[in-house]
Amino acid sequence: MQAKLKQTYNYAFLDEGSKKEIRRATLKAVAIPGYQVPFASREMPIGRGWGTGGLQLTLSLIGDHDCLKVIDQGNDDSVNAISIKKLVQSCTQVKITTDSERATLIQTRHRIPEVPIRADQILVFQVPLPEPLRMVEAKERKTKQLHAEMDYSGIWLRLYEDIVKWGKVSIGADYPALAHKRYIFAPSPIPRYDLPKLHQADGLFLFGAGREKKIYAIPPHTDVEPLAFEDYPFEVEHFDGCSCRRCGSTDTFLDELYDETSGEKFYQCSDTGNCQKRQEMRQADL
Amino acid sequence: MGYVAVTGGQKAIEAADQLNLWYRLKDTEHSLETTDIEKQLRHLVDRVMSESGLYAPNYAALAIKQAEGDLCEAAFLMRAYRSTLERTYESLTIDPGRMRVIRRISSAFKDIPGGQILGPTMDYTHRLLNFSLNHENSAEMMNILREKVPDLKLSQPPVFQKVAKLLREQGLLFPPKSSGTLFDITRDKLSFPAPRSAKLQILARGETGAMTALAYSNMRSHIANHPTIGELRVGYAEVTIAYPLDASESICLGEIMITEVETINAFERDEQGEVKLRLGYGLTFGQNETKAIAMAILEQSLETEGPSPTQDEEFVLLHVDSIEANGFVSHLKLPHYITFQSKLDVLRQTQKIATATADKKRQINAQKEGQNDAGKAETNI
Repeated sequence: MQAKLKQTYNYAFLDEGSKKEIRRATLKAVAIPGYQVPFASREMPIGRGWGTGGLQLTLSLIGDHDCLKVIDQGNDDSVNAISIKKLVQSCTQVKITTDSERATLIQTRHRIPEVPIRADQILVFQVPLPEPLRMVEAKERKTKQLHAEMDYSGIWLRLYEDIVKWGKVSIGADYPALAHKRYIFAPSPIPRYDLPKLHQADGLFLFGAGREKKIYAIPPHTDVEPLAFEDYPFEVEHFDGCSCRRCGSTDTFLDELYDETSGEKFYQCSDTGNCQKRQEMRQADL
Repeated sequence: MGYVAVTGGQKAIEAADQLNLWYRLKDTEHSLETTDIEKQLRHLVDRVMSESGLYAPNYAALAIKQAEGDLCEAAFLMRAYRSTLERTYESLTIDPGRMRVIRRISSAFKDIPGGQILGPTMDYTHRLLNFSLNHENSAEMMNILREKVPDLKLSQPPVFQKVAKLLREQGLLFPPKSSGTLFDITRDKLSFPAPRSAKLQILARGETGAMTALAYSNMRSHIANHPTIGELRVGYAEVTIAYPLDASESICLGEIMITEVETINAFERDEQGEVKLRLGYGLTFGQNETKAIAMAILEQSLETEGPSPTQDEEFVLLHVDSIEANGFVSHLKLPHYITFQSKLDVLRQTQKIATATADKKRQINAQKEGQNDAGKAETNI
């Protein structure tokens, strides 16, 4: 299968014209932080809604000098991450890594690696629903207008209603934020824990929504403010008193797991690449 | 712990690939010939070509074989292949009025110039399982058929005039709405309101079942709409491109089979006060008659305003694509541990708040009751 792809398909799957078009949309996205740039998303050989937006960004950027890391839920070995890596490998000669610090390009679904992204790295997000206003307005035609006029009263009202009803904002992952005081954007379903990592960061964050045909970006050193009220501040997930069963860390995002035999609850780092490194460091210390 | 926490994703995928092959071949003596699929499962091939937007019968047959008959998967394989191909030429406009017709009917007029041709259709065949197909002798059957089936090329006029042309000549039809420019849905993201050319393109490669259901809802309940089929024709049309060295000449690349439907809807009054009929238009690759009719209904419905879901262009156009609908619905099979963890966290926090509020209320009530009891006790004295 892999040999066949090399013969039949162009380098990095897409034809050069398509790749150029995606990069042009990306440049526009970088120039207007948080603005959703429409692009003619191509059908990819993985499910539409399974990371095709991220994949198109990755393929439009990648060259043989790159080193790629792909994670799903923070995990390098998740079947979907493997499947995406397999595809990229079959049509390029890039190196693959699980070490986020070695990667030049990282494609992710639902997480940001624990180690901050550097200026020479790009983090590509797979985005299922790029429109943060969709929860209050069903029509694309309308939401486009709301963004243009910066009319965000609907989404603010939604947050307020949450507080009245539940005593707090009930949004879990994909928490909306304001990019550089202009566009409200959907950070993709990353946990709230990861959202502050986008604020005034060194690296470039690109968001690709394949099915919804949009690209947007948070360039380096951009203000990213989660939507919140002064008396109801933004809160990240709580892991009070929990630590990773493998590396012992208490300052990472943890997966909640249950022991198969005892049924007991335990925690483990969601960022497996980082967890592995910490375990090795821990062993070296011993 | 599922398929993330366990390492060995690579091995799992390889094993799944092998199992697919195993399940496809384990109970059979010979592998399916793609030519058999292409030639004998005509409607399947037509449907896959139509929903993928790629006219390539042999590739469609291959996709059907590879997908083990899963139509959405087959259309998806074709779409993914298509997105790797450069667009070298744009064809000249095809005029279905000049197609080599194999079937052509009108529900509006009994007599149409050139006559009605029933052609290959199961419309009037009783739906009884034909058990003799279990042991079909195709050579013998072909000998019988050769004598019975006339050579259409000799026995019918080369071109059938369109029924719509008759109506148009009599001044009964509005001209089609057109923005004048051709939008390309494979090269630009759709924005709303969508130009008519974009609507037609999306519907032409929409999923048959989804479109039939929506068209049915339009006819049945939401707005009493019962269009008449002015003409439904199936046949072969030539695809030509301009000759690269001399644009005044053209080169024929070959024929494609298409189904074209023109429906006649209720009459309308336009801004100038003229009262005329409006045509609904459906066109699909291959012989896909129900889809073509559904397309004509939906296309017309989108030209009108009202409360029906089929009059809402975002609702119709963004949800009829097989690849997108299937992709997103099936992505629920992917792990969602992080989002679920985040949701659980919110739930637990909300529960804490709810319990605290309930406790507080209970305390206040208890205090109130205590005071009341005390009051009662005092009055009793």
